[in-house]
Amino acid sequence: MKVIVCIKQVPDTEAKIKIAPHGRAIDDAEINYIINPYEEYAIEEGLRTKESLGEGEVILISVGPERASTALRSGLAMGADRAIHINDPLIDENDPLLVATLLSKAIQQEGYHLILCGVQGVGTDHYQVGPILAELLGIPHVGVVTKLQISPDKAVAHREIEGVSEVIETPLPALFTTQKGLNEPRYPSLKGIMMAKKKPLTVLDCQQLGVSEEEVNKLKGKAPIIKLELPPMRPKGTVVEGEPSETVKQLIEWLQRETGIL
Amino acid sequence: MPQGVLVFAEQREGIVKKASLEATSEGCRIANQLGEELSVLLIGSSIKHLPPKLFPYGAHKVYLADHSMLEQYSSEGYSEISYKLITERDPAIVLFPATAMGRDIAPRLAARLKVGLASDCTVLRLNEEKRLECQRPVYSGKAFALVQLTSTPQMATLRPNVFSAEELKEPPQGEVIELSVELKPENIRAKVVDLIKPEQEVPDLTEAIVIVSGGRGMKSGESFELLEALASTLQGAVGASRAAVDAGWVDHQIQVGQTGKVVSPQLYIACGISGAIQHLAGMSSSKFIIAINKDPEAPIFKAADFGIVGDLFKVLPCLTEALQKLSKA
Repeated sequence: MKVIVCIKQVPDTEAKIKIAPHGRAIDDAEINYIINPYEEYAIEEGLRTKESLGEGEVILISVGPERASTALRSGLAMGADRAIHINDPLIDENDPLLVATLLSKAIQQEGYHLILCGVQGVGTDHYQVGPILAELLGIPHVGVVTKLQISPDKAVAHREIEGVSEVIETPLPALFTTQKGLNEPRYPSLKGIMMAKKKPLTVLDCQQLGVSEEEVNKLKGKAPIIKLELPPMRPKGTVVEGEPSETVKQLIEWLQRETGIL
Repeated sequence: MPQGVLVFAEQREGIVKKASLEATSEGCRIANQLGEELSVLLIGSSIKHLPPKLFPYGAHKVYLADHSMLEQYSSEGYSEISYKLITERDPAIVLFPATAMGRDIAPRLAARLKVGLASDCTVLRLNEEKRLECQRPVYSGKAFALVQLTSTPQMATLRPNVFSAEELKEPPQGEVIELSVELKPENIRAKVVDLIKPEQEVPDLTEAIVIVSGGRGMKSGESFELLEALASTLQGAVGASRAAVDAGWVDHQIQVGQTGKVVSPQLYIACGISGAIQHLAGMSSSKFIIAINKDPEAPIFKAADFGIVGDLFKVLPCLTEALQKLSKA
């Protein structure tokens, strides 16, 4: 079974966000980049699938600048077999339609049975690349998956929706977007980290994927950010200390006076 | 020329979701500014009774796709119906609630139509050219992006609990248009085979008006009962910080924060939560924030509108009791 795991490198969730001087993106000078946490579940699930079937190959693909190779090496250290890095100055790694199109080209070249992506890329929070990729490849997808059973020709997935779980059965090939709760991602072992350095990592640009500059320009920028701002500061609140009966009384008075909730 | 606003309204088990009414209402406000019509698309099985529920929110037309194959949501079946309607009717704007369903179907449609999509928007407005500009939180609310939609139809999903659903005083005389559904079984490959409902109905965090959340300071899973008691008094839902989830005290489904749910209730009560940037990102768009923590230096107090420095194991029972007395009075 050929398992494709799409990963994105994203700013650390602990990162403090600053806005770049041009006001349309973040200032990433001091940002530490990590594998999108939702895609750690995707890598783990890919590895478990290969292990439980006793055969297969786990291939990581990422679209991003030079630094994204670090995320791919971390995924290889977890145990993936090889990696593809799509890197081209023409690319905006935060443009869902463009990224999904490039992924689809690489995946079609490669062949596939199972595709895993995180439910969302932390930071841009679009929730788009997975379903777009499935649509472009013409395969079914199940989003927000918290349980997955793969057999050679079909899959059963639990999908988290408001208040309930849907159990969905689908033939393969299919795409799944992974959510927290699916599994507990492993840490790379020292041996894994050493081996990862020797595993194949192929770098491809748009031309090698058969996508011309003109096509890239036509695909990107359909929902551009025209302004990025920090949220407005909240006014300083009231803080009280003392006997619970007294502080609770003050809280209830405040709730009645200020919020209209009671 | 593309014209009008189309809203994809989600129904489940014959009930139109609140988030869909909010999207319909916002669609109505935008359509009014454009001087164009608002239509709504409803997909499901045995749902002929639902269109009148949407007219009060400004729908001029309700397109109804009612078919037994559409009883359960499927991204393939529902997007097939939606795609056909969008290409035939050529709306200028298509809106979805940013529910699990809306987030699932909208990108598939955007891919098919080769258009841009603004996800999880919190403000919509028209610019001078009458094009849609959408504000959306990014980095889980650590920043806000203003996004311009440069392709048509202009598509956006709307975050639940943010837009108001208002019934109009003089709603339009609505019209129902039944769509012919031509689906073959092979059109729907990924099928819902079962629904697993929790033993006890829990309000969804993204739709909750009040959320009572617990963190590391709760010390155990059992003590979340204190939060349940307070939440039930306020008809709210219980949430948790990542620390409480990672400690195994509660299920990840109720995690609030950057790798959990991003919520915007009217009232958020953070108990024993220090206020890591991760957590603040997920709840800072709440209308009012209350913090209860024994550490006066906890960062959560900087985010709170009202804070109590104290032992939550004493404060919470006292607060629940006081509120119960108040509701009986």
